[in-house]
Amino acid sequence: MIDLPVVFTVLMGAAILAYVVLDGYDLGVGMLMPAADRDEQNRMVASIGPFWDANETWLVLGIGLLLVAFPLAHGEILGALYLPVAAMLVGLMLRGVAFELRIKAEGWHKELWNWLFWAGSTLASLSQGFMLGRYITGFAPGMGYWLFALIVAASLCGGYVLLGATWLVLRTDGPLQAKAVAWARWGLLWVALGVALVSLGTPLVSETVRDKWFDFPRTLALMVLPGGTLALWLWVWTCLGKSDWKPFAGAVAIYVLAFIGLAYSLFPFVIMDRLTIWDAAAHPSALVFMLVGTSIVLPFIVGYTIYAYRVFSGKVTGGDPYEK
Amino acid sequence: MEEALLLARVQFGLNIGFHILFPTITIGLAWILVVFRLRYERTRDPAWLGAYKLWVKVFALTFAMGVVSGITMSFQFGTNWPGYMNKVGNVAGPLLAYEVLTAFFLEATFLGVMLFGMNRVSGRVHAASAVVVAFGTTVSAFWILALNSWMQTPTGHVVQDGVLIAGSWLAVIFNPSFPYRFAHMLLASAITAAFVVAGLSAWRLLRAANDASARKTLRFAVRLAALLVPLQIVVGDLHGLNTLEHQPAKIAAVEALWKTEKGAALTLFAVINEEKKRNDYAVEIPKALSLILKHDPDGVVRGLEEFGKDHPPVAPVFWSFRVMVGVGVLMLVLSWVGVFVLRKSTPRWLLWSFAAFTFSGWVATLAGWIVTEIGRQPWLVTGILRTADAVGQASGAQLGASLTGYVLTYAALLISYMVVLTHLAGKGAQ
Repeated sequence: MIDLPVVFTVLMGAAILAYVVLDGYDLGVGMLMPAADRDEQNRMVASIGPFWDANETWLVLGIGLLLVAFPLAHGEILGALYLPVAAMLVGLMLRGVAFELRIKAEGWHKELWNWLFWAGSTLASLSQGFMLGRYITGFAPGMGYWLFALIVAASLCGGYVLLGATWLVLRTDGPLQAKAVAWARWGLLWVALGVALVSLGTPLVSETVRDKWFDFPRTLALMVLPGGTLALWLWVWTCLGKSDWKPFAGAVAIYVLAFIGLAYSLFPFVIMDRLTIWDAAAHPSALVFMLVGTSIVLPFIVGYTIYAYRVFSGKVTGGDPYEK
Repeated sequence: MEEALLLARVQFGLNIGFHILFPTITIGLAWILVVFRLRYERTRDPAWLGAYKLWVKVFALTFAMGVVSGITMSFQFGTNWPGYMNKVGNVAGPLLAYEVLTAFFLEATFLGVMLFGMNRVSGRVHAASAVVVAFGTTVSAFWILALNSWMQTPTGHVVQDGVLIAGSWLAVIFNPSFPYRFAHMLLASAITAAFVVAGLSAWRLLRAANDASARKTLRFAVRLAALLVPLQIVVGDLHGLNTLEHQPAKIAAVEALWKTEKGAALTLFAVINEEKKRNDYAVEIPKALSLILKHDPDGVVRGLEEFGKDHPPVAPVFWSFRVMVGVGVLMLVLSWVGVFVLRKSTPRWLLWSFAAFTFSGWVATLAGWIVTEIGRQPWLVTGILRTADAVGQASGAQLGASLTGYVLTYAALLISYMVVLTHLAGKGAQ
């Protein structure tokens, strides 16, 4: 008998990781907008044009799986994160609509939508990091925990900037690519600071996490995660300016390692220290019905997503996001 | 508590009302785009290509509005109605997740190909992408209407330890009101999209009378509307009879029938007096209601008195229904006049009329949804879960603050959307 809650935890985790990486790079590109000139901005937006809708869909899938598999946790988590969720949604709305409208608008309207595209991307990223920070601590009250959430918020923004910048290294050339290399270095420094603070902070704010990580001899095996992250960090730093695709691949790998570390810290809780995945799981009738559909449909989604990325591979040249 | 419930409902109603505007256009418009694209593939007439390129931009903008407001909804299920998921999550959750899995990714990914891929994939693959996106929008409507219909007329579930689980998924999905509601909504969407296309094409022709592309799209959209509006009236009638069978309290509220009557009169207009449970200044047609609902002038129609306190508020349901029917009749007249007049000429008064009716489908569709959703009250899931029992812990202050944010955002987005659509339609016309 397969352990359905574990299967759905893996699926949900995969969807959220896919979201963070995929929407992460386009949110990052959005946050980098003010650092570029008008022509570069158009190319930056063109580089994410065919993808951002589908990227955001992973968030809906992640939340959908949370709702299907762990309905008890869904209500409690979203209730506890009420205001940051609202802020994130307003941010995502503004940037999604600004994406379309900045192409069609003219004059000062265009400036306004450009600004809103940046502001929406930043607001959404900050809110997501803040939600993550609150989530890790199980929504604990107290100033220290809120400060921790703010640090996570800032760190996640740095991570998104890194993803966005390395994405631009991959998808653009010429002066814009050179700029993106510099942005990526700033992103790397930002991420290093953030990851250091969060890694030190998490054991401080959570006893459960501390016990899990500082438990010899397991600690030695776990050092693969921070060790691997450090190695990747150095690899990305040295590859920047030399390779187009390696920095992006390295940035994604850093995310994967950070995600595994986070998943290890939390498991088996869906709400830290309070609700395990087995306590929160939906009825098997719902899970089996979902699992059948997911097993059939998910390979197709992955397949045509890869197809779309192949169709739109290569350097972005045109300034106009829509073809003539 | 009362205040928080009202705010939670206002907020969710506002969000869902804002959201439905956009899928209502995209479901129909996606299929209209397929027609434009295939006509270009067959005729190689640049006017059809121009039509496709203009309307795919409208589609992309509308789709983006639908995506962002839809994401908001997926979160508000949890933030505003945790009791809903606790009680019926085992049934509702999978239906929502299937929508994401089978429709959202398909639409979002192939919309990218539709918008940006014309020079990167073959003509056939590009046309096929349009079909895939249209199929995706329809599949999306299938799941969400299955869930909504199940909430109206639940079947196929069993109760275990105080929560619902699905006994038969087929019975859950193909519940009694689903086929009618699905057909009614698909037609509503096609008609709404047809009037948007007709209205904006007319607007373009008012500025450039010889625009070949706009002439073609106007003619096409008007004919489509003239064909579908009568069909919608038939489907709507069948849907109403189905509601009479399964949700008689809703029909009693729609018709403001307070007492069970034999040979009931049809109330055209009245001032609803909820306090005294009667209609003031009513304009009635004797026996007409029994004739419509029972197909017998002396048939017995059940009134609101039979349902005790468990009936919806009457005035909003009564008036929304009349708005829906009224706008529908105007759409019928205009589309038929349009077909007749356009055979010979394109007079400016007709173009102005269609331009004025650009968003008429929105009015009718929203009014229809208000009828069916407020008409379900006080239930969230008929007979199983009351709306009041599902509301979350969010305080009035939290709800008030986020509601203000949403209202401002929605108002700004809606105005921008309509301005840009008009601008797109006018741009390029000489």
